[in-house]
Amino acid sequence: MRVRVLFFGVLKDVAEKTVETVELPEGATTGDLLSAVDARIPDIQKYLPSVAVAVNQEYAKRGSRLSDGDEVALFPPVSGGRR
Amino acid sequence: MKDPAELRAASEVRRAAMVRSAIDSARVLAGMKQGEDGAVVVFEGIVRNQTRGRKTLYLDYEAYEEMALRQMEGLAEQAVGQFQVRDVAMVHRLGRIEIGETSVLIVVASAHRAAGFDACRWLIDTLKRTVPIWKKEYFEDGAVWADGEPFPVDMSAANLPGTGSTKAGDASN
Repeated sequence: MRVRVLFFGVLKDVAEKTVETVELPEGATTGDLLSAVDARIPDIQKYLPSVAVAVNQEYAKRGSRLSDGDEVALFPPVSGGRR
Repeated sequence: MKDPAELRAASEVRRAAMVRSAIDSARVLAGMKQGEDGAVVVFEGIVRNQTRGRKTLYLDYEAYEEMALRQMEGLAEQAVGQFQVRDVAMVHRLGRIEIGETSVLIVVASAHRAAGFDACRWLIDTLKRTVPIWKKEYFEDGAVWADGEPFPVDMSAANLPGTGSTKAGDASN
């Protein structure tokens, strides 16, 4: 199956792109996707522990199953508003 | 987490907005006041001129816009139910924002002030931890993505296979 991966914030700079299509085996989870992203993008690993994943614009639980055609967004910690 | 149908229903109420030009706080405030209100609590987040002693030139905000807007609508809806306030308006600005300008506006109208303060505080704190918006801070000698607060545990993807345990989001990038 294929999913569309969106990168935001610092992840966009590290990946040097905003979107990428990733091919995954059937039954793959968000964890499998992060492993695939780690394997294909140099230097992204250190950011992954603090990443949140949204599948089709909803925050996904750990280990959620993905489906063909999903839009999967990878978020570094958010920083809207002001501190 | 609300289901998508609930969020869609909430978004039809339109308590939240994303804009790319200056937020007219006075106009939003005036539009929120009604006869049954006894209090209107306003929070404005504005762009500060320094971070840890380093002079800031301006900020640039980006968002996963559609999701961010739905999340903001969901928070506004939740605040109205949870804190028993009459109504909420939330506006977040995206793009380049100069020192002193407003990046986020939250207005809460209620019969009594305590509920208004509580709802407003909860709204800005929750927005800053969960709504997919990021800011890049521009200094005289470079730019960095601002550190965010860690995601609530049920939203974090950490502990997934292959993600290691290194702390990320360091300002050194």
